[in-house]
Amino acid sequence: MSSPSTSLRTAGRRSLRPADSARRRRRLELAFFIVPALVFYLALVLYPILQAVHYSLFNWSGLGTLSDFVGIGNYRDAFNDPEFTGAIKHNFILVGLSLVVQFPIALGVALLLNRPFRGRRAARIVFFAPYVLSEAITAVIWLLILQPDGLVDRGFQSVGLGGAVQLWLADLNLVLFTMFVVITWKYVGFGIILLLAGLQGIPQELHEAAAIDGAKSWTMVRYITLPLLGPTIRIWGFLSIIGSLQLFDLVWIMTQGGPAEASNTMATYMFNNGFVRYEFGYGSAVAVILFIISFALALIYQRFVLRRDTRGALTRMAG
Amino acid sequence: MSASVLTAGSRRRRAQPIAGRLFSKFWVYAVCAVFGGITIVPLAYVVLGGFRTTGQIAAHPVGWPHPWITSNYTSVITSSSFWRQVANSLLIAAIAASLIVALGSSVAYALSRYEFRGREVLYTVFTLGLLLPLTVAVLPLYIELRHVGILDNPLGVALPEAAFGLPVTVIILRPFMRAVPSDVEDAAAMDGCSKFGFFWRILLPLSRPALMTVAILAVVQSWNAFLLPLIALNSPSEATIPLGVANYQTEYSQDTAAILAYTALSMIPALVFFLAAERRIVGGLSGAVKG
Repeated sequence: MSSPSTSLRTAGRRSLRPADSARRRRRLELAFFIVPALVFYLALVLYPILQAVHYSLFNWSGLGTLSDFVGIGNYRDAFNDPEFTGAIKHNFILVGLSLVVQFPIALGVALLLNRPFRGRRAARIVFFAPYVLSEAITAVIWLLILQPDGLVDRGFQSVGLGGAVQLWLADLNLVLFTMFVVITWKYVGFGIILLLAGLQGIPQELHEAAAIDGAKSWTMVRYITLPLLGPTIRIWGFLSIIGSLQLFDLVWIMTQGGPAEASNTMATYMFNNGFVRYEFGYGSAVAVILFIISFALALIYQRFVLRRDTRGALTRMAG
Repeated sequence: MSASVLTAGSRRRRAQPIAGRLFSKFWVYAVCAVFGGITIVPLAYVVLGGFRTTGQIAAHPVGWPHPWITSNYTSVITSSSFWRQVANSLLIAAIAASLIVALGSSVAYALSRYEFRGREVLYTVFTLGLLLPLTVAVLPLYIELRHVGILDNPLGVALPEAAFGLPVTVIILRPFMRAVPSDVEDAAAMDGCSKFGFFWRILLPLSRPALMTVAILAVVQSWNAFLLPLIALNSPSEATIPLGVANYQTEYSQDTAAILAYTALSMIPALVFFLAAERRIVGGLSGAVKG
């Protein structure tokens, strides 16, 4: 009954049996608590991702057997397809815009709102509301208000900027930026709330002390607020990058990546090839590339930006 | 981490003026008005547009309802497909959230209050999941769900959602459960409480705030999901709300007023849920995110 490794150490001190059964019991307990979650996680998260790597090496329609092995052919095709490299570029443009445009907006508003004023709670609720709407609903709302002569166009006209009106979703050079505006509308409130929560955690005494030393408001923001807000800012940046790289719902509903692939993201490109054209092998290769890009960026970010904040397992794994 | 999750929801500290003298109150309200306007006007447009006819909208894309029409709303409310989608979304969110709480709390318990070889490796494997997006897994998941025979079935959406929700759940719950002093556990053991008893009668009740946070995050996530329902649910009778709204928009593209009404009604559940659980959602998200 006793497993050889367990008995040696304890044999001298205690009688074998109780120690052994306690050990068995403990193992059963552990299995009871761990196995269900682990099975779930392995079967529905890790296994499919490994399968994606597997499928990506075949030419496969999703039906029948995996037999047409093409090696890295799908990957080569993907990188030779200007539509796909364009999609990667779009994702990176969105990453850059998110960091450069959304962050100052969110920080400015959060700093401004971080004081008692009448209607503060209402303002927080309003700003946060778009975040709780699904991207699908957001997409439909914006499709409707961006229609030619719709709410957005009328808005421009009413403030005398009628000349600036464009075909927001049909202009090849503009559609990606229109998409970015919608993303900002939906997600900037989340940034504001996040930063506000971070601001609340900064002890007031620091500002009082700095004020006594004669520091100006801007100096305080620069040397006290921003550094202490660092962890929140860096986490926000992380979420923003990952979100921008995986953008799908909004784009798929609003433009399906069009017109002429001008708003394609890696995810819409993958969906289009995998599910619409039934090229599961090729679609999987695209998914793997998407994964590698996000993973690499995430690790770089963890290593160089987040390292100071997290002492979690991820950091350890990243080195 | 544990502290932030614990307190973020309930913390009501007085706000502190940071850039106090930099701006006056005027600017606070000006910014609130501009941002509030940008946020609310599109939503209001949808709600009001639902009270107009497509003819009115075609003639004057932006305008007040004149006369006010309720038929768009009533026809959505009386249609079975809308309620069907609400029910589908609710069912899937409930299954996903329950599974996440059940599986997440038990594995977090093992990871926080047992010493065993490979514990940190196991924890790393779970946290790694944060970097494994559904987008990457979705093609093989489709094949897997088809193989198991749960395409076009609420389980086909709820089960993967629960699995993909596990990493963040473990990350939130583990430090929380760890923070419970071992004296409590010893005392319980002294009184004859088994490990299961301790988990069930003491640790879970103590972890309630974190469990609520985790459950609410799971519900929000599931309620808003699009990609997974899009691939897993083919027949219109199984559609969830986000899927339904997107389908409705393509199906009735000529009838703008109907789309507006449908979209307006679809926003309500999420907004009501948000208003009811605002503190916890905001606190949970910022707590979860603050790490």
